[in-house]
Amino acid sequence: MAALTDLTLAELVQALAKKEASAVEVADAHLRKLDEHRALNAFITETPDKARDMAAASDTRRATGEAGLLEGVPLAIKDLFCTEGVQTTAASNILKGFVPQYESTVTTNLWKAGAVMVGKTNLDEFAMGSSNMTSHFGGVENPWKRRGDNRKLVPGGSSGGSAAAVAAFMVPGSTGTDTGGSIRQPAAFCGIVGLKPTYGRCSRWGVVAFSSSLDQPGPFARTVEDSAILLQAMSGHDPKDSTSAPLPVPDFAAAARNPDIRDLRVGIPKEYRVDGTSPEIVALWEQGIEMLKAAGAATVEVSLPHTKYALPAYYIVAPAECSSNLARYDGVRYGLRVPGKDLTEMYENTRAAGFGKEVRRRVMIGTYVLSAGYYDAYYKKAQQIRALIARDFRQAFEKCDVLLTPTAPTAAFAAGEKMDDPVTMYLNDMFTIPASMAGLPGISVPAGLDKDGLPLGLQLIGRAFDEETMLKAAAALEKAAAFAGRAAGY
Amino acid sequence: MSLDKDTVARIARLARLKVPEEELVPLAGELSGILAWIEQLNEVDTANVEPLASVSDVTLPMREDKVTDGGVAEKVLANAPGGAVYIDPTDRNAGGFFTVPKVVE
Repeated sequence: MAALTDLTLAELVQALAKKEASAVEVADAHLRKLDEHRALNAFITETPDKARDMAAASDTRRATGEAGLLEGVPLAIKDLFCTEGVQTTAASNILKGFVPQYESTVTTNLWKAGAVMVGKTNLDEFAMGSSNMTSHFGGVENPWKRRGDNRKLVPGGSSGGSAAAVAAFMVPGSTGTDTGGSIRQPAAFCGIVGLKPTYGRCSRWGVVAFSSSLDQPGPFARTVEDSAILLQAMSGHDPKDSTSAPLPVPDFAAAARNPDIRDLRVGIPKEYRVDGTSPEIVALWEQGIEMLKAAGAATVEVSLPHTKYALPAYYIVAPAECSSNLARYDGVRYGLRVPGKDLTEMYENTRAAGFGKEVRRRVMIGTYVLSAGYYDAYYKKAQQIRALIARDFRQAFEKCDVLLTPTAPTAAFAAGEKMDDPVTMYLNDMFTIPASMAGLPGISVPAGLDKDGLPLGLQLIGRAFDEETMLKAAAALEKAAAFAGRAAGY
Repeated sequence: MSLDKDTVARIARLARLKVPEEELVPLAGELSGILAWIEQLNEVDTANVEPLASVSDVTLPMREDKVTDGGVAEKVLANAPGGAVYIDPTDRNAGGFFTVPKVVE
């Protein structure tokens, strides 16, 4: 049998069911990988003792005939999900040492399904970033490197640690959150699958809030089927999140196992052909279109006329909501506190020392656009643009069932590149943000390597609450692309 | 819109962020750059467009007005920066006080 850490999540579930390995053995094999690749800085907190305890409990359950969907499967959890008794930092100095007394709904669902936590992964501070470079705990290294070039590359962000951990075979799957591309873009940079569900599919309860009308938890895995299995365990209505959709959870894994797309209409949005996209990514997109055609799908050009406005509108909505959400970090009730000569100065000192540069920048932008006299010019305008973006997608989906686009305009870049101008960094999310603004599901599938040997991803966008069709198309694309790339040394 | 130093100082004050004097000018440049890029939204005619506040068009659900949680005072008080003060130290879940450093002046 292959090494336990080389198995896909679905294979691991099978091996555990056939008792070819115990959950404790599986946990230990993965914990050794965490030791081996600690230099990637993928984790903020490792929880080996908890992992062994959870694995032993899983073995006991299995011995009594109880086995959940993820029984004995080790997972890494983005350090934005509150985990009872385990430090949760959001990669921020302001929350350093915060130990929640409750468990997020999504992780509760995963543990109920039998999964085992190996640790909490690194991320951009409060999930604000596209490189993982804004973490208070340092950047994460992408396991991939350019051929013949030893420079460290970023894993993307904000869920960079979760993506790197899966790409480095430290875990078969992990959780992320996606506000404007924070699952899909790092998945593309690390050569794995990343799925952002429809807004409302996974509960946000217990997830540290960034931009509440956009944030959505989702899975990372190495195959489309594995991401579907994880999504199935994570999803479901939660009365504790008023935006959680009261809908039954479909059999996502079954959809991913059935890549028959002969009746499928795949929309190609013409506005995604934009300057600044790497020619190799444009070529890969063309190949993706041909692959889906060859698998029997029909392709149709569609128009999403407000695409270019999604990114600037996002940079009103997300900072505005973040400035409101982050108002709670005041140095009084938890986290960091820096004294001052009066109460106001204590707030100001605490927040200046507790938040990093990008978070401070976004809080300032958000405060400005919401300040007296500017609301209509900025926030209301952005919400009107958002309505137009959502309408574009609705009209496109009258002509097609799923959309195919690139995931990111470039492959992974080196740490330090694109850092001098915030807008350059923001442009990384140009292909992922429109679907976020409309609340639609998206998935990034690794589809090829560029000339430097770095992975590139293609994105499929589905209708709201139709992840099944998206997963079928993703499985078909995965099968046709037959991406077998693996970062050297991992 | 280009922000000047005084506006940045005012926003910093509203956001309760201490910004050192020497950082105000560079920050004004950075924020102005972001806002200038956002200005392209003015190209779009949004007259008569209803703003989209939420992508989920479900109305907020109602539930029966009954207690669904509680009896976990010890957990509620566990992260109190000034420590927890229990009404009855022998029964920590009976209730208590979440204490914080003094915030009234």
